[in-house]
Amino acid sequence: MERIVADKKIDIRGLVCPYTFVKAKLAIEALEIGQVLEILLDYEEASRSIPKSMEDHGQKVLRVEKVNDTDWLLVIRKEKD
Amino acid sequence: MDFTDDQLQRYSRHIILPEVGGKGQAKIAHAKVIIIGAGGLGCPVGYYLTAAGVGTLALIDNDTVEMSNLQRQIAHNVHTIGMPKVESAQKTFTALNPDVRIVPLRVRLSKDNILDLIKDYDIVVDGSDNFPTRYLVNDACVMAGKPLVSGAILRFEGQVTTIIPGKGHCYRCLFEEPPPPGLVPSCQEAGVLGVLPGVIGGLQATEVLKLILGKGEPLKGELLIYNALNTTFRKVRVPKNPFCPVCGDNPTITELADYNEGYCTLS
Repeated sequence: MERIVADKKIDIRGLVCPYTFVKAKLAIEALEIGQVLEILLDYEEASRSIPKSMEDHGQKVLRVEKVNDTDWLLVIRKEKD
Repeated sequence: MDFTDDQLQRYSRHIILPEVGGKGQAKIAHAKVIIIGAGGLGCPVGYYLTAAGVGTLALIDNDTVEMSNLQRQIAHNVHTIGMPKVESAQKTFTALNPDVRIVPLRVRLSKDNILDLIKDYDIVVDGSDNFPTRYLVNDACVMAGKPLVSGAILRFEGQVTTIIPGKGHCYRCLFEEPPPPGLVPSCQEAGVLGVLPGVIGGLQATEVLKLILGKGEPLKGELLIYNALNTTFRKVRVPKNPFCPVCGDNPTITELADYNEGYCTLS
């Protein structure tokens, strides 16, 4: 798999919904179109809801991966302002 | 805009809306709105705009709080009876959201002060309870080019319209002149269901937020009429009148005037 270099990384472990999405959305907003955001989180529900909401908002979800027992890594590319 | 943790929590339900987001919330935080009247309409408009985090909110009202206000004017309470309404509302709004700068203006609006009072604000909200003020505010907003969100209530019926000078109708396109004082319901005839200003004020606050965000369709070129007894909302199209005396092609009203004679105003 091609290595994706994130333009910004956020660590939102410890946060629950809806603040997981609030933080992710603010981080995406601050990027330019085409840039990539990497999100590290440990709230399982958000590993499903953030990718879905991001797709709904027109962004591209590149990767959703469980990286260890507790954490997920999401990689999202900004496609839309 | 960098949000504090408290602000992230407070505005989270805004930020997660695609139409708002952090950028929209920042627009709200930088907006300056002036509300004419801290009564039935001004209270809910100010309350919701305070909750929404509008940056600066000015309130104009010259009255003091009376017991008879409390049936509908939700920013006031038994402890603020006798206090200027703008100060009573300021206390309530600041307790809800200290982020918002409330500017209490205890003045009587007139042709001599209105342009100066509205000049620093982005949007004007009319929640006044009388025709002289309504026409004065309309004319001043047209002359100053300020968006105006106008609301009115009586008995069980309310009206809302959004006036964007140059881009739609104004109040005088609808009703050219104030009605003669004898046709306006007297204090004994007039009454209002206490919750009605909550409905109409809520619609006005929604219009204000849409204008700030630049989202949706403002209620321009239209008058929305709510009837509480029948539970109906009716939209009436209001075209811009090219012969309107204030916003028409050849305006005959080019200076502000006060129309105070013969009206009984209800507080």
